[in-house]
Amino acid sequence: MPTDSKADGFVVFDHVQKSYDGDTLVVKDLNLNIGKGEFLTMLGPSGSGKTTCLMMLAGFETATHGEILLDGKPINNIAPHKRGIGMVFQNYALFPHMTVAENLAFPLEVRKMGKSVREEKVQRALDMVQMGSFGGRRPAQLSGGQQQRIALARALVFEPELVLMDEPLGALDKQLREHMQFEIKRIADNLGITVVYVTHDQTEALTMSDRVAVFDDGRIQQLAPPDQLYEKPENSFVAQFIGENNTLEGVVESIKDGTALVKLDNGELIDTVPVNVSAAGERTKVSIRPERVEYNKERLQEGAHTLKAEVLEFIYMGDIFRTRLRVAGNEDFVVKTRNAPDQVRLKPGETIEIGWLPEDCRALDA
Amino acid sequence: MKLKTTMLMAASAIAAAPAVVAQEMADSMTLVSWGGAYQQSQVNAYSDPYQANNAGLEIVWDSSSNEAVAKLRAMSEAGNITWDLVDVVAADAMRLCDEGLAMEIDADEDLAAAPDGTSASDDFGDLLVSDCFIPQIVYSTTFGYRTDVAEWNGKEPDDICDIFDLETFPGQRSLEKRPINNLEWALYCDGVAMDDIYDVLETEEGQDRALAKLDTIKDSVVWWSAGADTPQLLADGEVVIGSTYNGRLFSVIVEQKQPVAMLWDAQVFDLDGWIIPAGLPEDRLARVMDFVKFATDTQRLADQAKYISYGPARASSAPLVGKHAELGIEMAPHMPTDPANSKNSILYNFDFWADYRDDLDAKFQAWLAQ
Amino acid sequence: MTETTQDGPMLAADGTPLKKSLRRALRAQKLRALGLIAPLLIFVLISFVAPIVDMLFRSVENQIVSDTLPRTVVALRDWDGEGGEAPGDEIFKALTYDFIVAAERKEHTRLGSRLNYEMTGISSLFRKSGRRVDDIGEDYLDQFKDLNDAWEEPATWVAMMASEGWVADQVAWSEARAAAKSADQDFETPEPAFALRPGVAKALPETADIYSAFARTIQTQDEDSPTEEEPWNPVYMALFNDLASNPDAASAFSGDVAALLSEAAAAVGNFETISPKDAFLDADEDWGDPMVWSTIKAFAPSYTSGYFLSAVDLQLTASGVQPQDEDQQIYMLLFKRTLFMSLMIMFSCILLGYPIAFLLSNLPMRQSSLLLILVLLPFWTSLLVRTSSWKVLLQQQGVINDILVWIGLVADDNRLVMINNQFGTIVAMTHILLPFMILPLYSVMKTIPPSYVRAAKSLGATDWTAFWRVYFPQSVPGIGAGCILVFILAIGYYITPELVGGTTGTFISNRIAYHISSSLNWGLAAALGTILLAVVLILYWVYDRIVGIDNVSLG
Repeated sequence: MPTDSKADGFVVFDHVQKSYDGDTLVVKDLNLNIGKGEFLTMLGPSGSGKTTCLMMLAGFETATHGEILLDGKPINNIAPHKRGIGMVFQNYALFPHMTVAENLAFPLEVRKMGKSVREEKVQRALDMVQMGSFGGRRPAQLSGGQQQRIALARALVFEPELVLMDEPLGALDKQLREHMQFEIKRIADNLGITVVYVTHDQTEALTMSDRVAVFDDGRIQQLAPPDQLYEKPENSFVAQFIGENNTLEGVVESIKDGTALVKLDNGELIDTVPVNVSAAGERTKVSIRPERVEYNKERLQEGAHTLKAEVLEFIYMGDIFRTRLRVAGNEDFVVKTRNAPDQVRLKPGETIEIGWLPEDCRALDA
Repeated sequence: MKLKTTMLMAASAIAAAPAVVAQEMADSMTLVSWGGAYQQSQVNAYSDPYQANNAGLEIVWDSSSNEAVAKLRAMSEAGNITWDLVDVVAADAMRLCDEGLAMEIDADEDLAAAPDGTSASDDFGDLLVSDCFIPQIVYSTTFGYRTDVAEWNGKEPDDICDIFDLETFPGQRSLEKRPINNLEWALYCDGVAMDDIYDVLETEEGQDRALAKLDTIKDSVVWWSAGADTPQLLADGEVVIGSTYNGRLFSVIVEQKQPVAMLWDAQVFDLDGWIIPAGLPEDRLARVMDFVKFATDTQRLADQAKYISYGPARASSAPLVGKHAELGIEMAPHMPTDPANSKNSILYNFDFWADYRDDLDAKFQAWLAQ
Repeated sequence: MTETTQDGPMLAADGTPLKKSLRRALRAQKLRALGLIAPLLIFVLISFVAPIVDMLFRSVENQIVSDTLPRTVVALRDWDGEGGEAPGDEIFKALTYDFIVAAERKEHTRLGSRLNYEMTGISSLFRKSGRRVDDIGEDYLDQFKDLNDAWEEPATWVAMMASEGWVADQVAWSEARAAAKSADQDFETPEPAFALRPGVAKALPETADIYSAFARTIQTQDEDSPTEEEPWNPVYMALFNDLASNPDAASAFSGDVAALLSEAAAAVGNFETISPKDAFLDADEDWGDPMVWSTIKAFAPSYTSGYFLSAVDLQLTASGVQPQDEDQQIYMLLFKRTLFMSLMIMFSCILLGYPIAFLLSNLPMRQSSLLLILVLLPFWTSLLVRTSSWKVLLQQQGVINDILVWIGLVADDNRLVMINNQFGTIVAMTHILLPFMILPLYSVMKTIPPSYVRAAKSLGATDWTAFWRVYFPQSVPGIGAGCILVFILAIGYYITPELVGGTTGTFISNRIAYHISSSLNWGLAAALGTILLAVVLILYWVYDRIVGIDNVSLG
């Protein structure tokens, strides 16, 4: 599974820009290489430009500037139906006047395949999504999850090398959605197809993708595999957007030997990893993941930085405890601890000492 | 049948609601006429002077004469007559009389005598074509033509049969979309003597002969169904010659000054007048009779001619016809009854058309559709 | 819950069957719902359903003949019209009695115009005869009078014909009236209805019949009294006939009347007789035409198929159903033309409306609402204005021809004929009805998400295939709704065809309007309307069978 295949980009966005009204850019200078067989997710809040990018790739929108290449060939001027890209839509877009089998046969029919070939492929695709016996039904007779499977089967039945998915699980309930995430991932891996997947659900992005492109304001804020994205966010937007995050604001005192000394707004000094701060005097947002903070003294590691904190709230969540604290003036400082037999259960109003390792503490842009 | 009556009553009660309100007012009368300039001439000549003498009387005008026959029948079936006096053409008056929808009148008793003492029945004479009919005007259906047609090489039509002469007078004609008048002209121009026209038209051969004559110009005819069509078509240059009521042509020629002239030859006289709906309650009837006696006296009929070029139906009114109220021109030469205009004319045969109208209309429509 | 499985109905907690208690619970709801719609329901029933039912009824109703000529209709039953001759005196006698009553009630001309629809000339025949019928029997009156002046006296007749009870009532009534008059009060009570003396009907059947008709007619029609009015002349003919066939009639009477009658019975043998047939023939020789009689006979029943037959170019004659004269056949042609043109208008509306609706549903909100206003604009101008403006555009000296001549496409002396024909009608009506196609199409198209077409394209379909295989089938319900609206509106349209249809572009509705407002042949109009309604219902049914009515949507 190639995680870094920029060299042999199967899909390439080269300085792509898009504007609808001539005044503002919805997509600002997009450069992106997607490797063959890669599962890439475009993640971002609505209006961030991710769906526009997908639509440009599918051919339903044209790039205002720049070039999109598919398998080395520019496709800007190729009509959508000639691109051979499979697509799964947000609301499935199953043709309501056709049966499931007719829906699946549609792409084969327009490719002028013979009847027997069609039937065989349709059956295989239906079997693949475990819907083998539903061929004669109408879409309206299926549940949401079933329709989703059919939409997937239809996007795959003509064996495209690239499949685009536009928030395909958005309409499903949580349990079904989680199940389908694995299903899609499994099928994609089995077939070895390239998938570009659009979602605003970060859990979905993290679970399924080889790489995730985080979009905001028409730009890719960070393009990285899920673990890096989570653990090493490159700016405060990504840090905020992916997973839960604690932010402490302050000013950089000094940077040396790969460590930035930050003076928090309440005067406390902490060591941090400088990510995008470059000089002393800059304002910065320091990011620490809630599960990297420890208040159990016995578990505190060597070299950990400690701070005073006041417990505001303690929530029992089954597998974990979620504690809200006041730390250096921030009242939304959250700590997550595993529910272990020896774990301390805190009470609101207690004053405790918390600590973390300096390398988990990243100084980002303000 | 009970259901039907109830229902019709309910339906007409809804339709006639405003009229009912009007009647409940102290003193009011609903007159039905044709609207437009004609109705205005009646207001000027009849109802305004009458109201001047009858303070407090309200007169409501309803311009529904073109559907008066059907509406009167519906009102009568519903047992709720909301009209007091209805202006209709003579043929409709006969039909209404036949249907028992119009009241029979006694001309000598109900209408004013002439100033010289001639009784009303003698003064109206032959124009009392039905027992229910109180004539007001004589109008005619005749032809108007454009005076600026280049293809005519300076000639102007002066004979009714020029209508059928496509060689000398090429161009589109407009004729009414019904058999009445057209068949008479066709037979006349096919060589039938004026007095024999209706005898010939009674026979199958005569009818075919008339249609065959019309066939010769069928491709050049625009068929009209509203009196305003021909004046408009003439003014637009869509047709070069066309039939309509003489008053309409008067306004095109004299009032609007279009390049159009009258062809008075073989004009067909017809009558228009009042009928009183049958079954009016006594108080309303008394009021209407009083109005009718006033509105159809010699002076009133002569006055109407000041406003519109239709001839008064009383012999005694003719000498009193004066000048147009606004234009100040002598009206007499524009009357269809003027001797110069009526040298050669046809009097509409009411009895014949009462019998043959449905039959010939079916035949005529079938001929048109071919 | 076990008791609910097989052998019994499901029971509610109180033991009543569940269905029953559910029904009871729903009844209140239903009643409330009915109460809410009741005003509209009543309005629709009175103003819409009832007139339609009335119209259907009129298309077969024909009681006027047997109501107006009851005796003649009965007498004609045995007349078969064979030999091509008019019937004899017996039937003319019945006609005399019927006619005098009808003429006095002014009903004969109504019947005349009714029968004139079936046979030309009956209208004036009846009108003329109505004036002459009272002369029939005058000779008998003179002869009875010569015999005894008492026959001229209304009192003689009242004494002979009226029941004693009625005479007493009448006297009481006239006293009351006189009293009211002297007290200067209003007296509105009508005279008691005339009643025949028992036994008269047996002794003098014809006289009794016609005299009581006379008495009732003058009472109701003229508010006169039989005590003051001399009977109609035909009554004397009836008396003559009765006395001639029953010389012993006087025995049923007593006193002066008996004496008068026996005197008359003795004398009638020497009376000069007259033939009612000759009298009618004298009034109008058309009464000798057997066609008149077979027409009356054919339309004697209270219900007739005659109007429906006329509406499909057939006619009802005494010898059965026959095709209408060829040169009068017009209705089938008009029905076919109406259908054909309505379909043409419908298809033009689809062709023109579909792209506009498509555009409307795909444009951004602002542009689409502007365009929608343009589409709706025709609704805000009067129908007559719209139709007249088409005249101005399409006529030979009109705008379009002027432009074509100016461009040089058309020669000045060979201008296109675009109005007063089918073309003009189709153009004007398509314009008028277009919104009725666009609006349902638009509202259906609006609900088709753009992702369907995108999906089709992503699956490899060309623009056309995506449209034809995916978009179009989903817009079919809109087309269906639009078609039904446009077609049904078009088929009943009459103002526009009347104004711009000329001779070849008129519809069946123009004839219906003619028969309603001009010829007053409401029966035929009703039959034509009923057929039109049936055609629409049949087409609707066919549509349902082919396309399915569920497949119609307004969005």
